[in-house]
Amino acid sequence: MTLLDFARGPALAVSFAVFTFGVAWRVLFLVLLPWSRDRSVARGSAPSAVVGAVRGFARHLWPRKAFAGAARFTTVNGYVMHFGLAIAFFGFAPHILFLQSVFGVHWPNLPSGLVSVASVVTLVSLVLALGHRFVSPVLRLISTANDYFSWFVTALPVVSGLMAVSHLWAPYETLLAVHLLSVALLLIWFPFGKLMHAFLVFVTRSETAIHYSRRGTVL
Amino acid sequence: MAEPETIGELLSERGISRRGLLKYAAYLASLMALPPWQSNAIADALAAARRQSVIWLSFQECTGCTESLTRSFSPTLENLIFNLISLDYHETLQAVSGEAAEQARRSAMRDNKGKYIVVVDGSVPTRDGGVYGTVAGQSMLQILNDTAAGAKALIAVGTCAAFGGIPHAQPDPTGAVPLTSLIKDKPIINISGCPPIPEAMAGTIAYLITFGRLPDLDHLNRPKSLFGNTIHDRCYRRSFYDKGLFAKSFDDEGARRGWCLYELGCKGPVTYNSCATLKWNGGVSFPIQSGHGCLGCSEPNFWDKGGFYHPLSTPTGHPTAAVGAAAVAGIGVGAVSALLARRAKREATSTGEKP
Repeated sequence: MTLLDFARGPALAVSFAVFTFGVAWRVLFLVLLPWSRDRSVARGSAPSAVVGAVRGFARHLWPRKAFAGAARFTTVNGYVMHFGLAIAFFGFAPHILFLQSVFGVHWPNLPSGLVSVASVVTLVSLVLALGHRFVSPVLRLISTANDYFSWFVTALPVVSGLMAVSHLWAPYETLLAVHLLSVALLLIWFPFGKLMHAFLVFVTRSETAIHYSRRGTVL
Repeated sequence: MAEPETIGELLSERGISRRGLLKYAAYLASLMALPPWQSNAIADALAAARRQSVIWLSFQECTGCTESLTRSFSPTLENLIFNLISLDYHETLQAVSGEAAEQARRSAMRDNKGKYIVVVDGSVPTRDGGVYGTVAGQSMLQILNDTAAGAKALIAVGTCAAFGGIPHAQPDPTGAVPLTSLIKDKPIINISGCPPIPEAMAGTIAYLITFGRLPDLDHLNRPKSLFGNTIHDRCYRRSFYDKGLFAKSFDDEGARRGWCLYELGCKGPVTYNSCATLKWNGGVSFPIQSGHGCLGCSEPNFWDKGGFYHPLSTPTGHPTAAVGAAAVAGIGVGAVSALLARRAKREATSTGEKP
């Protein structure tokens, strides 16, 4: 069995299983936890929980003016990284084929050149994010191994994908295998590290928004 | 009339001029990625060389490799290669000769001990002592071991001989193995492909005769001059891959416009061979040019790599059961964990502790 055979076969199969197990476990555990009932009396002007959650979530998409200066880089860089990642992941033809083989749905691909540009921008953004984490005293203080490893497993598929497309430094089959293995690593780590925010961001921000909107606080 | 002593004498006897030999030598130099000035040396060496004794063994194969060489679209080239060698034994071509053919093999082995080249097409069945393949009452395994013992070098022609090929594909009922699994003390050149390109076979044999040594080989024992690049790297559709223009089916607009066949399962990016440059049938075309993706037939285990029509970026397995079981397990563990947390909270509340 070659490295590529291993990556396309057992590695992806195991990573899919671990990812599914982990996400199911963490989401269900969170939903079924004994949540404390909010015993405060809702303000008369308080919207329903759903409306409050949606409003709060939307409001959190951009920082308030008072925090705009401090949060500008983090916010803008975060958007650049996430949009770049989305373009590369959902727009590249081989990725669409991958998703089609797993989920059975497909859509038109973007030109490979555009995807490459998006990937390079994403990579630059990831490097800037890491640099910011090193430079900022507060961020450095609160950063843990979880943060750095989550960054690593996110950056690795981007780097290996760019190398595979460009046929850089190694034969294509090796680069493709490394790329697929890096995706497998990301999937395995996903439910157990900070990457789980892809699911939990909706829960945490909504919960915060509901809490404040019930008390009449406009976020 | 006496038999010609050298290849040069034989060629002139058959009406092939010095100019013809030089043209062929120039072609060989180009084929084997040698510098142009080597063509004169090749012509001189070939003219002075004695015809190389070759024993051709056919094992678990479909005869496609022999068909490829003997029924090539450019017979002059392949006829020329047969002029360079003394094909003392060929199991398929001499099948009707029966015991006389076997005697010819034994004679060639005795008369050219340590000098003859063994060309093998087909894999070797090894299960149950090799009983699944016999010729003239001997197992193929035994024939190979006997014949290889006195050989100068072996050439594995075709993917079956080079890597096991289709007989080796799952479930491999005969325990088929390639030459390299059995012969450890002789140089082996693999000319893989299903079938291999005729010029690749001819060029490699000519190189051996001319220089008396093996050409530069890759990690799979294939001549680098012929297997140094992927099909994808030399494919005329490569620019469409780079632009992200792919045929979605074999008869859509993209296919008619000659767009890249990656999405239709083309294995060109991971297949090393010269199909895109040498092509087939005298340079007329090759599979991708004819509208079908590369099957990756010159690579080991190409039959068991997840399907010819599955793109390279897709998983080879369908772990639906494993993922389903993982989901159920995750839900179970999540539910039990939450229930334990609830019970802990209840107990804490009942004892007056802060949960």
